[in-house]
Amino acid sequence: MARFGMVIDTAKCVGCMDCVVACKTENEVPEGFNRDWIVQDVTGSFPTLHMEIRSERCNHCDNPPCVYCCPTGASHVHDLGGVVLVDHNVCIGCKACLASCPYDARFIHPEGYADKCTFCIHRVEKGMDPACVSVCPTRCMYFGDVDDPNSVVSKLLASRKYHSLIPEAGTKPQIFFLA
Amino acid sequence: MQELTTTRHNDLVDPVLHIWGWEIPVYLFIGGLVAGIMIISGYFALKGQYKKNVFSSFYLPHISLILLSLGMFSLFLDLEHKLYVWRLYTTFKIASPMSWGAWILILVYPALWLNTLIRIPDRFKDVIPIFDRLSNRINQHPFLIKSIGTLNMLLGTLLGMYTGVLLSSIGARPLWNSAMLWMLFLVSGLSSAAAFVHLITSDRYERQLLAKADNAFLTLELFVIGGFISGLLTSTAVHIEAAHLILTGPFAASFWVFVITAGIIIPLVIQLLAVNNKVKHTPVAPIMVISGGLILRFVIVYAGQFSHYAHQALSK
Repeated sequence: MARFGMVIDTAKCVGCMDCVVACKTENEVPEGFNRDWIVQDVTGSFPTLHMEIRSERCNHCDNPPCVYCCPTGASHVHDLGGVVLVDHNVCIGCKACLASCPYDARFIHPEGYADKCTFCIHRVEKGMDPACVSVCPTRCMYFGDVDDPNSVVSKLLASRKYHSLIPEAGTKPQIFFLA
Repeated sequence: MQELTTTRHNDLVDPVLHIWGWEIPVYLFIGGLVAGIMIISGYFALKGQYKKNVFSSFYLPHISLILLSLGMFSLFLDLEHKLYVWRLYTTFKIASPMSWGAWILILVYPALWLNTLIRIPDRFKDVIPIFDRLSNRINQHPFLIKSIGTLNMLLGTLLGMYTGVLLSSIGARPLWNSAMLWMLFLVSGLSSAAAFVHLITSDRYERQLLAKADNAFLTLELFVIGGFISGLLTSTAVHIEAAHLILTGPFAASFWVFVITAGIIIPLVIQLLAVNNKVKHTPVAPIMVISGGLILRFVIVYAGQFSHYAHQALSK
């Protein structure tokens, strides 16, 4: 069975925010909210500074605390690719999932339910890439099956150094950032 | 040096999580208070204290029903998708403490209602005949009264534990992620309940008994808070940082002044003097204990949302 993941080459990302705009347009994300966003992470001491630009979103964790804590089953793991989704008609807006996400990737949609990145599952089901991946002008984002050793994402993870976010939280995130 | 700049500015999430306002601390406090009252009134039922005429166990279950409903209403106010609240009862999610809590609360209501039937207050007698008949039936069988008392103590303990587990199961918030939290909220609930009975009762024996019990609960609470903090301080960097939020950080003043000093130490000293007949029992100490219990929930809920994992990138 497929396990979808995303690989982002931070050496290519310029932080143009095309992915953010594409997501908002594709998913009709309301004004004032973001399903994905750009982070500029500067580390070191002058003059030896290092900057990494990352396009971040829900990590679609393999060990998703947001799914475990949900009292109604609204937050669930989709059969296709282990994508973490929210059923809007089952969510009561208790916000336990927002509290349990170490990445703060969720928000409350103005209509009252918890909302977040879906990996554009409606596009993926039709064989397309998520909107953010398809619009990236530097082609720094890759989407695919991390369990398939022949997929582009698996080959990149096998050949390049990478990291994920807050691995110490034990959530097994499925977004990987190439160094 | 690490400098993070983000384009994200989601409401209730940025710059720090602030999803839960006053509703959740009030709900957790009332839940703990009702849990404590259930344990105390269950104990009174087991000990046969309901046979006395002025005993507070007459009306403790009635008050609990009202308090619990207020707490549930407070929780309801916090929901963002209110019309879907019934979804809680269409499933049971074994890994979700909130699901456990929803079902425990469903069991608590009938247990409290049965407790009210052990002794119907005189002013409510003959108002609903079926309740009087049920009450007479229960009183003909002492084992039924003991069973109701035991059931109330058991469900009260579960309810009190649940209020802490609800937060401690959230690993993403280091301050809450402590196995001591359920114990802290249970002991604090018992302490607030003892103070509440101490405050409302007109029976001298009961007042003295509950003041003594409250002194034990307050002392235990100090030890549990010590264990809670030392557990955080001896854990990972994010847990140590979380502990400092309440020890020396932005929540330190509320924690030390209102929770520890005014909520535990001062009332403990007053009540120790009172039970040794050095000073009279007054409402001051119990009011301080109850206020301290409420502020404890506010401090833990607010500081917990403030605590988070460092957003670090670790190369593999």
